Amino acid sequence: MSGVMKRMGMIFRAKANKALDRAEDPRETLDYSYQKQLELLQKVRRGVADVATSRKRLELQLNQLQSQSSKLEDQGRKALALGREDLAREALSRRAALQQQVTDLETQHSTLQGEEEKLTLAAQRLQAKVDAFRTKKETIKATYTAAQAQTRIGEAFSGISEEMGDVGLAIQRAEDKTAQLQARAGALDELLASGALDDPTGLAKDDIQSELDRLSGGTDVELELQRMKAELAGGPSASQQAIEGGTGQPQPQQQQSQDTPRFDKQ
Amino acid sequence: MIIRIMGEGQVSLAESHLTALNKLDDELLAELQSGDEPAFRRTLTALLDAVRHLGTPLPDDALEPSELILPAPDATLDEVRAMLNDDGLIPG
Repeated sequence: MSGVMKRMGMIFRAKANKALDRAEDPRETLDYSYQKQLELLQKVRRGVADVATSRKRLELQLNQLQSQSSKLEDQGRKALALGREDLAREALSRRAALQQQVTDLETQHSTLQGEEEKLTLAAQRLQAKVDAFRTKKETIKATYTAAQAQTRIGEAFSGISEEMGDVGLAIQRAEDKTAQLQARAGALDELLASGALDDPTGLAKDDIQSELDRLSGGTDVELELQRMKAELAGGPSASQQAIEGGTGQPQPQQQQSQDTPRFDKQ
Repeated sequence: MIIRIMGEGQVSLAESHLTALNKLDDELLAELQSGDEPAFRRTLTALLDAVRHLGTPLPDDALEPSELILPAPDATLDEVRAMLNDDGLIPG
């Protein structure tokens, strides 16, 4: 797989904690090693048992030979007592042959005993080592399990980081959209103000209307000023005349001016 | 396997579906590299739809590491390209 999914996944994983080696669980390796050591110890013990068995068999054979040797000695003594020197010689020569076998077996027995002692010592040492390894193994396993838990926490954080990445992008997108909307709103205000766009609400004024308002406002001020001057000169009727004369307005317009106070038109 | 759709969450998906998804994914990468935005948009939508359809959503409180990660549905071609650069999405 070489697409976007895989590449994005690899990028995230590269950011995650790399401590955990998924390929091999050291706890399994330790257990396997311990198992192998136990098997070796078992072999040594079996070897010790085999040697001990052989030693015991030799001891039995030795006992038998010694028993036969004693028997032949007795037979020789009896034969000699009965005056059968020939029989006594035969018995003694057989006993001599047995005695040679006994000596050989005793040598073998001694060798086997030595081997057995060495093997027993080796088995005891191996047992101690295996016991020590078992303790160490359990310590390492406990440490590893703790490290793995920490790594899992790290991985959980990396999961959170992914979400944080999501959130970061979402915020960025929201900010971009807000800025875009603000820019658009600003542009609309300008367009409405310039009269390029109609305002359906009727609240906005175009520049021409604004200028008209400003001009009419100015005229009203002038009119008001003149009216106040006329009042000071000779009463309301005189002031009305003065204004009418001043502005040169036709008659119907005068009537409307009297009916509607000018302040209300503002 | 766990697939994350950015901004949406995670789904659990059987690996047997990967072959079909890989085809779309490879197309998406090709379109990303060629800069074909409309085709990229179509393929991304199809890929996300397929993942949503074939997968089972994980609960929001589940925190499983994602094996595969997909861009958000509204991610642009440039955004995805930026995600795939060396620094990735998460700084540091």
